[in-house]
Amino acid sequence: MALVQIENISKIYKTGDVEVAALSNINLSIEKSAFVSFVGPSGSGKTTMLNMIGCLDKPSSGQILVDGKQVGSFDRKQRAAFRGDVVGFIFQSFNLFPVLTAYENIEYPLVMIKNEPVEKRKEMILSVLDSVGMLNQKDKFPDQLSGGQKQRIAVARALVTQPKLVMADEPTANLDKASSINVIRLMRDMKDKFGTTFIFSTHDPRIMEEAEITHTLVDGKLS
Amino acid sequence: MYRIFTIAFRNLLRYKRRTMLTSLLITLGIVLVILFSGLAGSFKTMMIGQITDSNLSQMQIHKRGYVSSIDTMPLHLTLDAKRYKKIEGLLSNNSEIKAWAPRIKLNAMLSNFTETTNIRLNAINPEKEVLVCPDVATRMTFDEKREPGMLLNKGEVIIPDKLAKGMKLKIGDAIVLVANNKDGSVNGLNFKVAGIIESILGPQGKEGYMHIKDAQELLRMDKPEMIEVAIRLHDFDKLGKVYADISSKLAEFINKKGMPEFEIHTWDKLSPFSNIAKMIDFMTITMKIIMIAIVLISILNVMMMSVYERVREIGTMSAIGTAPSRIMGLFLAEGLLLGLISTIIGNVIGLAGIFVLNIYKISFAFGRQDNLLLAPTVNITELLWVSCIVLLISVFASLQPAYKASRMEPVDALGHV
Repeated sequence: MALVQIENISKIYKTGDVEVAALSNINLSIEKSAFVSFVGPSGSGKTTMLNMIGCLDKPSSGQILVDGKQVGSFDRKQRAAFRGDVVGFIFQSFNLFPVLTAYENIEYPLVMIKNEPVEKRKEMILSVLDSVGMLNQKDKFPDQLSGGQKQRIAVARALVTQPKLVMADEPTANLDKASSINVIRLMRDMKDKFGTTFIFSTHDPRIMEEAEITHTLVDGKLS
Repeated sequence: MYRIFTIAFRNLLRYKRRTMLTSLLITLGIVLVILFSGLAGSFKTMMIGQITDSNLSQMQIHKRGYVSSIDTMPLHLTLDAKRYKKIEGLLSNNSEIKAWAPRIKLNAMLSNFTETTNIRLNAINPEKEVLVCPDVATRMTFDEKREPGMLLNKGEVIIPDKLAKGMKLKIGDAIVLVANNKDGSVNGLNFKVAGIIESILGPQGKEGYMHIKDAQELLRMDKPEMIEVAIRLHDFDKLGKVYADISSKLAEFINKKGMPEFEIHTWDKLSPFSNIAKMIDFMTITMKIIMIAIVLISILNVMMMSVYERVREIGTMSAIGTAPSRIMGLFLAEGLLLGLISTIIGNVIGLAGIFVLNIYKISFAFGRQDNLLLAPTVNITELLWVSCIVLLISVFASLQPAYKASRMEPVDALGHV
């Protein structure tokens, strides 16, 4: 069974009397441990697509099944709990918490969402920090890290709870070329190591090449 | 929970200047409340102590109707020996009562053989009076040769200082007191001025003193009669409870007309200072309300700014699966922590201020009294009450911003610019 099953979803945004279709009648399935990219020009619906799959937003019509659950019918609390259990997020602007060190940023979901005990937490964080090659930077605050290092910590934070699915919206948009390639390769290595499904959006051709499966969106439709 | 407070604390430190200014404002409010409560409370306690311990006593029992006509000091509303016995029986059975003393209040004419004036007199049993009003002698000035502890002998009077000055009387001088008894006949007796008493607040604060037996003789009472029974308790804080208890028992004594025979009043119903005391309480409450408003507005403002500045961060928290209640908890913890830090600093500075005021005592004049010294104290219950209110208001003020943060849709929050 596919990890993500999308059945005829549409997303329509209303601004006053004007309706804009961000996604139209999308049907798609994504298997476990896949490394999938959504590509397309700005405004094509990549972010909306990722938001739907990542349970951050609800479709206007159609169904989305993630890990066998109909996430479109979840309320706020259920969606938050589901995201905490099943989905990890990597953001374009890293979105690390500035008041927490690298170690504490990775620890955040384990404390605030998973309530893992201290010893287990420590073991998981050190392991993931080692995997992303940031063990020696663990006590630094985000403003003491480079863009690439921040994104590595963000990857570690997304992976530390061992989610089945990691969503990354333009994860390399704020990085230079070398860092971008490094981050994407790191994500692929993590996918191989943990068997996590990675879904990311990009419009950078160099990054697209790294994806195993690429879906192209144009004007809210798969082409 | 520990981690929530750690994050909250670091977020407070993130905007150091804003946190410091807000904390300073709340601290100032708390310090002002502590100092004002300490000073006003000590003034109130001192004045109540002076009134009850040196003149009025804590409670008084009279024949029904006396207090409403107290200005004329009526002599027909007396308690005879039989009624006094009834009251004594009641008082002796109450373990909260420390002492009681009979008194006669009368108006008289005082003559120094060249001039005559009016005088209000409080006729007392000296041995019993000092138990009811232990500080009565502290207001009195006696001859240096007088035996220590001796308040009043038969044939002696203690006159108010203003009257002594006006009549040019000094200790040892002879005077004549002339008074009407309840039937209207006049009697006069010779007395010696044994002491001079300093005036205090209230009409009773300007009374002279004489021996109760002299008053009975001057008023030609064939049998012992008295006007009032002054009462002192072991614990002043139990005044309300003891008053209610005695009041209900006194109500059982009915006169021939089927009406209650006696009336009982606590000090505040007998002294005009009770209105000042009420005003002090009102001002203290006003100070507390101002402090609450300061805390409420400061924390609400800081927390609202905090939420608006961290929309994307809230979006991230929410996106990675933080439950709305946890997000709310984070912001509530921030408000609570800000209130807690300010409360601790405010209490420390407030207590230090009280300590300093106790070293350099404040002297002031009130009414006709000069050089009254204030020694402010702070009640621990009061301190805890103020602290709890600040903490509660801190949480209350954070509720709306915290709720707003918890209700943010991650999609909208992450897209916030």
